[in-house]
Amino acid sequence: MSLSPYDDGPSAIDVAPIVIDAVDVAPAKGGARLDAVNVSAWFGSNKVLERVSLSMIPGTVTALIGPSGCGKSTFLRILNRMHEMVPSAKLAGEVLLNDEDIYGANQRVTETRKRIGMVFQKPNPFPTMSIAENVLAGLKLTGRKERRAEREELVERSLLRAGVWNEVKDRLDEAGGALSGGQQQRLCIARALAVDPDVLLMDEPCSALDPTSTGRIEETIADLMSEVTIVIVTHNMQQAARVSQHCAFFLAESGTPGGIVESGSTEKIFEDPDDLRTKDYVHGRFG
Amino acid sequence: MDVSVSDLVLDEPREIHPGTPKVDRIFHGSVRFVAFVVMVIFGAIRLFLGAKSVSTFHLYGVRFLTESDWEPSLNRIGISATLLGTVLVALTALIIAFPLALATALYISEYAPARLKATLVSLVDMMAAVPSIIYAAWGFFLLMPHTIGVSHWLHEYLGFIPIFRVDTDPNAAVLAQARYTGSMFIAGIVVSMMVLPIACAVMRGVFAQAPPGEREAAYALGGTRWGMIRTVVLPFGRGGIIGGTMLGLGRALGETVAVAIILSAAFDFKFRILENGGNTISKLIAERFGDATTVQLAALLAAGFVLFVMTLLVNTLAAIMISRSRSGAATEA
Repeated sequence: MSLSPYDDGPSAIDVAPIVIDAVDVAPAKGGARLDAVNVSAWFGSNKVLERVSLSMIPGTVTALIGPSGCGKSTFLRILNRMHEMVPSAKLAGEVLLNDEDIYGANQRVTETRKRIGMVFQKPNPFPTMSIAENVLAGLKLTGRKERRAEREELVERSLLRAGVWNEVKDRLDEAGGALSGGQQQRLCIARALAVDPDVLLMDEPCSALDPTSTGRIEETIADLMSEVTIVIVTHNMQQAARVSQHCAFFLAESGTPGGIVESGSTEKIFEDPDDLRTKDYVHGRFG
Repeated sequence: MDVSVSDLVLDEPREIHPGTPKVDRIFHGSVRFVAFVVMVIFGAIRLFLGAKSVSTFHLYGVRFLTESDWEPSLNRIGISATLLGTVLVALTALIIAFPLALATALYISEYAPARLKATLVSLVDMMAAVPSIIYAAWGFFLLMPHTIGVSHWLHEYLGFIPIFRVDTDPNAAVLAQARYTGSMFIAGIVVSMMVLPIACAVMRGVFAQAPPGEREAAYALGGTRWGMIRTVVLPFGRGGIIGGTMLGLGRALGETVAVAIILSAAFDFKFRILENGGNTISKLIAERFGDATTVQLAALLAAGFVLFVMTLLVNTLAAIMISRSRSGAATEA
């Protein structure tokens, strides 16, 4: 597979997508490497993403930034095959999970989603289930049976990893919907972690939360990144700078599909970007 | 503000004048009036039936509920057999309609391709628009001959269960076909066709409102579509499933024409639904109304009152169960 910059055919973006140059970083324990190669996406006949290539490296957090409507959420949903849930959605290109195309003919979509978990913008615990049942929902959904002791252990471990164990350990049988927004979101993270994914995608996980809860989620992200590859979409520049090691700036200029203007280490994107548009955006001058 | 002035101002809740515009007041008034009229009419029906039944309950006492026969010439009037028949026909209809309505609603809301959805919805809705006399004719002329085989099979292999017993030998050389016609079972099948569209519409309505966020969460965890339905749609739709079924039951309890035509009248207190003969309250009223004397008319109205109370209980129970569930606010029941 080639990761060289792409230059055949016209592109809406005049800077060729830059692939993160950390290809040689050894995969950390846990976490898998995820590579998007020339990913384009359509809704009906409307093209929303054009030839996006990006590598997401194990042991790191990759932040996707950019103004609304630039296709970063669509891109994130393509990474665990949630994109195809929309009836008119189409896509081109490949998404490689440890060098295997998740859209390959012999790939099972349920298996892929199990390996690539997702946390959504709005906390969405299953409200009729208890906190413990919520954590175990993935097991139930994928038909995995565990013994009672193992289930209890998994609930505790997942809630610990999501950094919410101490707050809920005495009320595991209460409804998940009774928690605060921030706790609900961390419960959702625990639920996603319980099926032991290699990659965790987060779609603006803090946009519905207050600053304190946001801080807790960011701590959780920092704790998790050695175990699972994390990709986060965020509108918050400071957050991207705080939590990520790699950054990709998406932009859709008037009437054209979205794409990556520039990607690289977070430090470079924020302090010395190559593209003027990136510089303007990260300094809050447009978008 | 000057301190001395602010000290003089009383710290008490002040009166607020809503200043509602005239248009709003007129609209508010007329809507309230119409709503009030509906409630008055409903109350009047209840009062009328209740008042008319008093004489009957006074005359026959508890015997009205325990006596199975309706023989005015012998002054033996009671509704135990009829009441049981009403419940049996309604339950048969419900047991047949429930899985059909649930499966249809799930298919339409979760599986059907978008272009098929609208057609299916209107087809099911059209089922509700078919007059019951048409269902009656369908049941009598088309369904009944074909049901004899089914009834006979049930009798032969499940006859040890009391409700599937028939007063004839299932292995007789010549099949006693007439014993299997005009049964509560056949009436129940026909009524189920009328229950299905109501139950299905209510269920479909709540299934469609299952929160998209929770659906996505289930898929994102690696769930199959069936897994998602089990974890999200069915728990969310519980109120609609119960409510739709109960609404259907209300319809089934009161269905008249189809039952009157299909079911052969009989006044035995029996559970044998496959066997010829049975009765329901609405059928009884419809058939005996024309040539009733004053006393009999009062008795028929008393029977109607019992039916009314029963459906009221069913619907109230349904409303309580629905309001306790999450999707409750979304159902029309």
